[in-house]
Amino acid sequence: MNNPGTLRINNRELLIGNECNILEIARKAGIEIPTFCYHSELSVYGACRMCLVEIEGRGIVTSCSTPPEAGMTIWTNTREVREIRKINLELLLANHERECTTCLKSGACTLQNLSRTMRLEQIRYKPTHQPKPIDFSSLSLVRNPNKCVLCGDCVRFCDEIQSVGAIDFANRGMHAEVVPAFNRPLGEVECVDCGQCSRVCPTGAIVPRQEIDTVMAMLDDCTLTTVVQVAPAIRVALGEYFDLPAGTITTGKIVSALRTIGFDAVYDTSFTADLTVIEEGTELLGRLDTGNPLPLFTSCCPAWVKFAEQYHPELLDNLSSCRSPQQMFGSLAKKMLPEQFGIAPSTLRVISLMPCTAKKTEARRPEFTGENGPDIDAVITSQEFGRMIEAAGIRFADLPDAPFDRPFGMASGAGVIFGASGGVTEAVVRFAASRLADDAFAFELSEREVDRGIRELEVSFNNRKLRVAVVYGLRNARTLCNSIAEGKCDYQVIEVMACPGGCINGAGQPVTYDFDVIRKRGRSLYEIDQKAPIRTSVDNTELFAAYERVIGPAGETVAHELLHTSYTGRKRIHDTSLHLHGEAAAKTTVEVCVGTNCCLHGAHDLLRELVAYVDKSELKEQIEVKAAFCFEQCGENSPLVRINGTLLSKCTFDDIRRRLATTVADQAAIQ
Amino acid sequence: MTGILEQIAADYTTRTAKQTKRIIVCAGTGCMANGAAAIIRELKLQLTVKTVEAQLIADRHDNATIGIDGSGCQGFCQMGPLVDIEPLGIMYVRVQPEDVEEIIETTIKKGQVIERLLYVDPATGNRCRGKNDIPFYRKQHRLTLELCGRINPEDIGEYVARGGYVSANNCLNHMTPDRIGSTVLDAGLRGRGGGGFPTGKKWQLALVEKADQKYVICNGDEGDPGAFMDRSVMEGNPHSVVEGMLIAAKAIGAHAGFVYVRAEYPLAVQRMRRAVSDAHRHGIIGPDALGSGYTFTLEVMEGAGAFVCGEETALMASVMGHRGMPTPKPPFPSQRGLRNSPTIINNVETFATVPVIFRMGATEFRKIGTKDSPGTKTFALTGHVANTGLIEVPFGTTLGEIVNDIGGGVIDPEGKRSGEFKVVQIGGPSGGCLTREHCNLPLDFDSLKSIGAMVGSGGLVVMHTGTCIVQVARYFMQFTQNESCGKCVPCREGTRQMLLMLDDIAEGRATMETLDELERLARAVRTASLCGLGKTAPNPVLSTIRTFRDEYLAHVVDKKCPAGECKALRRPEIDTDRCIGCGACLRACPVGAITGTRKLPHLIDAGKCIKCGACAAKCKFNAIIGV
Repeated sequence: MNNPGTLRINNRELLIGNECNILEIARKAGIEIPTFCYHSELSVYGACRMCLVEIEGRGIVTSCSTPPEAGMTIWTNTREVREIRKINLELLLANHERECTTCLKSGACTLQNLSRTMRLEQIRYKPTHQPKPIDFSSLSLVRNPNKCVLCGDCVRFCDEIQSVGAIDFANRGMHAEVVPAFNRPLGEVECVDCGQCSRVCPTGAIVPRQEIDTVMAMLDDCTLTTVVQVAPAIRVALGEYFDLPAGTITTGKIVSALRTIGFDAVYDTSFTADLTVIEEGTELLGRLDTGNPLPLFTSCCPAWVKFAEQYHPELLDNLSSCRSPQQMFGSLAKKMLPEQFGIAPSTLRVISLMPCTAKKTEARRPEFTGENGPDIDAVITSQEFGRMIEAAGIRFADLPDAPFDRPFGMASGAGVIFGASGGVTEAVVRFAASRLADDAFAFELSEREVDRGIRELEVSFNNRKLRVAVVYGLRNARTLCNSIAEGKCDYQVIEVMACPGGCINGAGQPVTYDFDVIRKRGRSLYEIDQKAPIRTSVDNTELFAAYERVIGPAGETVAHELLHTSYTGRKRIHDTSLHLHGEAAAKTTVEVCVGTNCCLHGAHDLLRELVAYVDKSELKEQIEVKAAFCFEQCGENSPLVRINGTLLSKCTFDDIRRRLATTVADQAAIQ
Repeated sequence: MTGILEQIAADYTTRTAKQTKRIIVCAGTGCMANGAAAIIRELKLQLTVKTVEAQLIADRHDNATIGIDGSGCQGFCQMGPLVDIEPLGIMYVRVQPEDVEEIIETTIKKGQVIERLLYVDPATGNRCRGKNDIPFYRKQHRLTLELCGRINPEDIGEYVARGGYVSANNCLNHMTPDRIGSTVLDAGLRGRGGGGFPTGKKWQLALVEKADQKYVICNGDEGDPGAFMDRSVMEGNPHSVVEGMLIAAKAIGAHAGFVYVRAEYPLAVQRMRRAVSDAHRHGIIGPDALGSGYTFTLEVMEGAGAFVCGEETALMASVMGHRGMPTPKPPFPSQRGLRNSPTIINNVETFATVPVIFRMGATEFRKIGTKDSPGTKTFALTGHVANTGLIEVPFGTTLGEIVNDIGGGVIDPEGKRSGEFKVVQIGGPSGGCLTREHCNLPLDFDSLKSIGAMVGSGGLVVMHTGTCIVQVARYFMQFTQNESCGKCVPCREGTRQMLLMLDDIAEGRATMETLDELERLARAVRTASLCGLGKTAPNPVLSTIRTFRDEYLAHVVDKKCPAGECKALRRPEIDTDRCIGCGACLRACPVGAITGTRKLPHLIDAGKCIKCGACAAKCKFNAIIGV
């Protein structure tokens, strides 16, 4: 990125820094260039063709894909550029369901904003939009293809940042669309519900599923007692919905608003975050003593939990068995509150106010439903809450501050910083320090950014060291999981958050495409922590009252029932192979992958040759040939063959024969 | 080390030493579709059963006195199946299996010509004995296609015996990458895939990139409607492509290559695979290519079935197993291409021309063609022309020479020769149209560009005066719209809207505003699209509007289609002067739109008429007009 020199944009001389493209330079200089498909966190896609600029001597190019060069003279607003942008926008709108009044993204929609700023007064082109069915199958998200502009932001986020690839392009030309695998409903594919697709979507094509009506119905039913928990990340982001500066802390106003809307009690999820710290911290100290299994993965992020279940079932024992703070709150509330309010347990409703879409699916997991219904009855996001405030006719900015209700209203600063990536780790470290050194802040910490979204922390207490990795983005998590499989991981704790920056950037938060806003939200969380009367979870006295009254000692039976959970492998294909040839009890097993990719790369020919070879060389008793299903390492590695557990990639028949010669000889030698 | 090649050539000579005559049946796709396989079968059968040489005819004709070979496309597809008898220099056209017996008895045994199977030059009425007499061939300059149609493409020996792989051998064993690149640059070779970028320059750009791995890709994803140049080369002389790629690999420092062949070309896929495996088996490519110590491995891949995969960035995505969608340039493939490594992508014809350059030398090569477009170009000549087929001419040949001399003139709507052409569409859906005023234009990269057309991959579709220009534009627009990958907005939505506007024009709904908007949109799509497909998609529209504005105006303003092709604009009427009231039309009309009293002129009810033309077909007095 060494690009010394300057260039001129709209007659302004600008220094070329480490920007990869003209668009970045322009934006830094405050020159706005419209885009749909450019996100600094994603790869350059170049599809929307809105960011066109004119470079003297080169003509009209897309600024997102053109690297800056010294001496360039660039115009971002020429007549031709304006006209083409307008044509592009009109073309998009001609094939768009323009029902803005009922669109959830109305007001935050790029298409709508650009239509306004580019002074669109009519659409010259014929409407070509063909209505498509809306996909309501996911508990977290609603996919409305009628709003899609095919910018591919969601596809790239899901693939590049999360490495999930739950959605992708299908068909071509005017039939192109973004769909889940095999055009199945979103709720049935490998989507982990992080909802970041909806965050980056410039229109309303993917939006968080709305539960406002469900919640309103509960509030309207006077036979029910309705309580709500407020996640830490909400208090530093909701203000943006009401045009307050990014990072404004609005805890007190949120509590007021919730009471005004009609909740019977308003609690703080940071309370159960403190509880998580104690349970998870205890679990960690236990594992550190016994040594197994490490590293310990955090389990607060439901998107990460589903991801681990799907792609790394072999690591499920490494996941902390702690429920997420939301679910701890749910089980505790359903256990304690009926008695406190003097009501029948069946009449209590627990609502969560979360920054996250995956929490909606988490609340519906069968293991979190007890005899009195689900522990959490409904989950609303910050966006939904903002809409509820508006609908209730409340002027948010004018609301007085109000405190949370007790007992679940008390929280330490450690419980609040859960909302930012790295916060869980810091809270647990404070807990460990207070246990190991009797002082929550008696530790030294050195930090190193390994890659974007991967931080490496080394914490030293008295004479103990803890190596921690803090990651966000599930692709980063996958990298670490793979390094564990390769035996290259020496961390004891790994904190994973699916969303870049943590929960403060959850998909349910007010929409922003600016990472600076996310940083401000994070700083505000730490400001709350700094000013908090108690800053470590062990100082939360209400928590210990709860332990005494209902939970019992941390890590024991009741605590386990209420606060812990277990995980199920969701790998699509279980690791079983089909016997094909040779002696089933043979000492050497050759498994040839017969998945699609390996078949395309000649796995069937390999199998045929192998069977013939085994027959010819009379090795039938020593070698068993099996057909294996996908090893899930396809791509350039195909075809894959596994011989006695060792995976051979890009395997040829010669490779097999060579390997077999040594393996069979070894086995014979052993015998 | 030429030992490898000498050995292959010697083997071939031994194998064919006893051959006295050789029958070459064109086995290109066109002739195969017309029954070439049956002719080969019949030839083998009859020669086995009925002749004294019976036992000498083996499958691979080793030691046979009479060789039978299927060749690649010989180009004269209009007249297929073609059968050549060598060394007599006889070429029979439109041969049927029933003719085989006579060919054996008369030509093979007695060496006599069968007059009725010869090609008759329609201009002179003369019978032409062989290729040297047929105007279609006489006016061509077959350089890249020289061996296409003359050798058995599946026999590496034939290619080597005719000087094949000598160029590669020189390059690999005696030349530096730099010199190879500069020789190609000196020869002035320009990319035959359409763009005309100097090939040598492309190679030099890739050479200077520092990388552990580099790739050479051959783009054989030919998809323009009516174009089959690359297919013919891959089917007819696959080794020339392998040789060109081997030279390119050395020139840029690549050790691996891919031939990306359109999946709808099964024969080309099969022949390329065979060529690659034969070359590998003989050590021409592989870990020690031609004994030079240079490693080059080559893989043949079938295309993913989309036209856009012929675009180089989409092609690379497809090779990597991704969805075939283009990506923005920069980075250019020569900087960061396949698997993020420097990659060069050249077209089949470009690679096939490379060995020719080294064989004849850059200076000699430059003498052919024009100053800035040296060499020859193959074209697929189709449409309303007497001789359709595959041709190769030097750059600078005029359109008139191609259409009239080689193509044998235009066929008019009645199927008769000597009609005048209205337009020649060059370069397929990316190209533009040439009219009669361009008849004397020497065709090369720059002259075509200057008039808003392009060489493209080399499709030449000739259209007679009965062709409606709006329908032509609409046809190509429909094609690009179908083939748009759907990634960028101007191409996906823009071509669709352009198509809708063309529909409006063709169906009488357009106003002058439609025409303006069409042009404005076309220019925006051309400027703003992501890849070559979108950027060139408006060319047929823009160039036809420019050249045939009057015809567009006739559709828009007068609501008339001068060529009568736009059905919606037809206004069938009965000429009362000619109608004698016989009632034939009335009975023929399927919807009862014609009324009239016997012996008095009839009348068509425009509201009911479906413009099917049944009435006009029945009328003996040409009284029905406007159909």
